[in-house]
Amino acid sequence: MTVLASTLVPLQAVAFALVALGAPLVVLTRDPLRQALVNGIYGVSLVCLFVVLEAPDPALSMLVVSAIAYPLVIVAAIARVRAQERKRNDE
Amino acid sequence: MSRRVRIAVLVPALAGLGALFAWAVAGLPAFGDYRGPYGYVLNRIVVPLRHTTNVVMGTTFDVRGVDTMGEEFILYAAVVGVTLLLRDEVSTRRVERHTRRLRSDATRLVGVLMVGGGLLVGLWLAAFGYVTPGGGFQGGVVLAGALLLLYVVGSHRDYRVFRDEHFLDPLEGLGAGGYVMVGLAALASGTPFLTNLFGLGTTGTLASGGSIAVLNWASALAVTVAMLLLFAEFLKTYETPLEQDDPGS
Repeated sequence: MTVLASTLVPLQAVAFALVALGAPLVVLTRDPLRQALVNGIYGVSLVCLFVVLEAPDPALSMLVVSAIAYPLVIVAAIARVRAQERKRNDE
Repeated sequence: MSRRVRIAVLVPALAGLGALFAWAVAGLPAFGDYRGPYGYVLNRIVVPLRHTTNVVMGTTFDVRGVDTMGEEFILYAAVVGVTLLLRDEVSTRRVERHTRRLRSDATRLVGVLMVGGGLLVGLWLAAFGYVTPGGGFQGGVVLAGALLLLYVVGSHRDYRVFRDEHFLDPLEGLGAGGYVMVGLAALASGTPFLTNLFGLGTTGTLASGGSIAVLNWASALAVTVAMLLLFAEFLKTYETPLEQDDPGS
């Protein structure tokens, strides 16, 4: 087990770097729709981090939440707000 | 508030937060340096005492079973909250809308395959949760996600049953209430609440863990249905403006 843990250290470093790079990318994306997409990819990098930190259970939850559940809620909210804006512009 | 005042408020606040944050980080144990005794204790006792090879599940559904019950009801309360918040808009609304099918056959094919694959993975995660990584919560979220893909790639008609409250509400009650019933069954048989009642079975097989298996399936059902109820509310909210925009589509 210790051998496995030590071989994981470079992978952990890469995964931490990806997460550190991804977080500002999400914040710096201005368009909400694109931000939802970038956030999904950022979620996958978090999944990789959980896997190499030997935490498969949260990795599984994160996978579905970041890839399906959270984007759905965001995209639904964006669609709603944009439709309201369009309606207001028409009136 | 003018820009200068706002900056004057922001800078000391940021400096204070930064100082506290740096202090907190400096006091953290080194990376990978686990100090608490509980993890070591659990790693030692859960497999011999509960026969579940996934120590996490042995912990959440047995050693700390009451906490997990609370967690399940937090999710339940969250879904009830969302439903109540969106309710007044929903009541006056026509629920069903004409199907707008995806144009690309390739996208639909991949999507439909993902529905099947997702359901299989979800059931596997839920069923083997106490043997390998996974569990009722993870499996439940995967199952609900796979069903939601049916809405995206299939027709709204295919998905209709998975947003029907009359179908979902009893199942949610069964999942959330089932957990409590297992706990009460232990109480009725003269042991403390949520005591493991059934035979512990063979370590590393599906027939292991006793009550953990039942609690696991109860929470898998509760989580799946809670997610579907949540999706149903959001889908209702999502579809209304489209109806007003293009009633003929």
